[in-house]
Amino acid sequence: MTLTDWFNKRKQEQQQALRENEINIDDSVGKLWSLCYNCNSQLPKKDLENNNMVCPICDYHFRISARDRIKLIIDEGTFVELFSNIKGVDPLEFVDTKPYYKRQEEAHEKTGLDEAVITGTGNINGQKVAVAIMDFDYMGGSMGSVVGEKVTRIMETALKEKIPMIAFTASGGARMQESALSLMQMAKTSCAVARLNEEKILYITVLCEPTFGGVTASFGTLGDIMIAEKGARIGFAGRRVIEQTIKQKLPADFQTAEYLLKYGQIDFIVERKEMKEKLSKIIEMHTKK
Amino acid sequence: MIETVDKKVQVLDFEKPIYVMQEKIEELKKISMDTNMNYSSEIETLEKQTLEYKKELYENLEPYQKLQIARHPQRPNFFDYVELMTEDFIEFHGDREGTDDRAIAGGVCKINGTPIMLIGTVKGKTTKENLECNFGMPQPQGYRKALRLFEHASKFNLPIVTLVDTMGAYPGIKAEETAQGTAIAVNLKQMAKLDVPVISVITGEGCSGGALGLAVSNKVMILEHAYYTVISPEGCASILWRDAAEANKAANALKITGDDLLKFKIVDEVIKEPMGGAHYNPELMANTLKNSIVRALDEFKDMSPFELRNHRYDKFRALGVFAQ
Repeated sequence: MTLTDWFNKRKQEQQQALRENEINIDDSVGKLWSLCYNCNSQLPKKDLENNNMVCPICDYHFRISARDRIKLIIDEGTFVELFSNIKGVDPLEFVDTKPYYKRQEEAHEKTGLDEAVITGTGNINGQKVAVAIMDFDYMGGSMGSVVGEKVTRIMETALKEKIPMIAFTASGGARMQESALSLMQMAKTSCAVARLNEEKILYITVLCEPTFGGVTASFGTLGDIMIAEKGARIGFAGRRVIEQTIKQKLPADFQTAEYLLKYGQIDFIVERKEMKEKLSKIIEMHTKK
Repeated sequence: MIETVDKKVQVLDFEKPIYVMQEKIEELKKISMDTNMNYSSEIETLEKQTLEYKKELYENLEPYQKLQIARHPQRPNFFDYVELMTEDFIEFHGDREGTDDRAIAGGVCKINGTPIMLIGTVKGKTTKENLECNFGMPQPQGYRKALRLFEHASKFNLPIVTLVDTMGAYPGIKAEETAQGTAIAVNLKQMAKLDVPVISVITGEGCSGGALGLAVSNKVMILEHAYYTVISPEGCASILWRDAAEANKAANALKITGDDLLKFKIVDEVIKEPMGGAHYNPELMANTLKNSIVRALDEFKDMSPFELRNHRYDKFRALGVFAQ
């Protein structure tokens, strides 16, 4: 063993030890504690969960899964999931640094979901509604053929049953791995909204952290009433793309819900804990005559 | 890109061998003239070989090469087509809310004698023109102007033709402040409700929602070397490969060419271009395009507003590939 070898070996051992330590820290702390991205406080996970994943100190709204949102919004025991039989394929046989089908498998393992949206019907304080709830953790909530189809079908359900339709969005935009097919989902879902309009079916969109690109430019911003969840970032082009295009830094509050409100793009902002009550009141005022 | 021998058309890198061959032919012709030697059979063979090489090259272009033709700075733009294939064009300006976005133009005109509403994205040919029309990237106000013209056409029973050639809707501060996403979304929705036939042609670049915002139509056609995609290959490469230089890989993976789009029924027809691309013969291109548009208008002329709306809905309703 030369001296260089010895140094290399020692370096490797040190790095190995470091990696193991990191995992240990994650294991013990990660299970019980969460770090607030906004105020950097260490929060007991239980407290956070009991507070609907909102930081009790700074009111920062953590992203939540589609399943958790159903629990939060829909009356217990009334949710009926629909169209879960629609599943993704890999029509373009798309391969970037990883094949698309692999990414789909990984997303499924990570989230337990088959796709980036859950659709179904359920009650909000006893009033039946159709809902589409997106989940950002499944491939960035991106919209491909399945998301477009499920959203369209649930809108058709709302149309048939004459019940209000609510879409909760959380999406990075159209799914690149299905290219123009994803783009066409923007047209498809928007055409479905046109039908809701014609039949005067109430359509509410709730824009959640984050909503961008193809979802912003289609069914996401077509609500008769548009609500943003507190702190959500919403926009068409991503911050980085804009900064690269105009070659200047953007203000910190750019594309936040508060910013959109200032520019007249949304009706109002709601805190998570008040979401169900607000929706319930709006539905009541728009349907009971 | 280099200047060519005939000084007119800018030559793309992959076209260089053609010009080398043509230069050889010219040289041989000159020698034959100067020395009074007869090289006509050699010249003929060379010309034949050049033509075969050209055919072979242009019929088997890689997506990334087509992309370069689609983006060719001399490619015919909206106003070229207006001049070459319509009569009596009268431009209608403005969104009625304070802006006339020059990246989208529209107005009434006649095509083959039929009055239509023609709307399209505009790219410039010079830097000055490009600054004026923002390199063909519309602001929300452009989409709102288009919507105003769509609804005008629907009200007065004018069939709508849109010509799309854009890198996408503009990503800027003002565009976000004035709701770029909503402007496009509203167009998608309102186009579904139009009472007249809507025909769209992707004439160059058809990038993302910015292109779709003018293309929720009864018939969507695409020129042979144009492309239509959810994101530019450069944008896709920088996200998925983390390197914009991998754009040619992304162009392959995204399946952006007319033939691929035809397979998934995203476009209904691919319109042939003159050899080498529209910029080699804009008159011929405009003529072919005009014929396709006239035929398409004819297909829908007997449909009622109800049938037209349903046709458009069903067309987009059927798009997407999934298992169930």
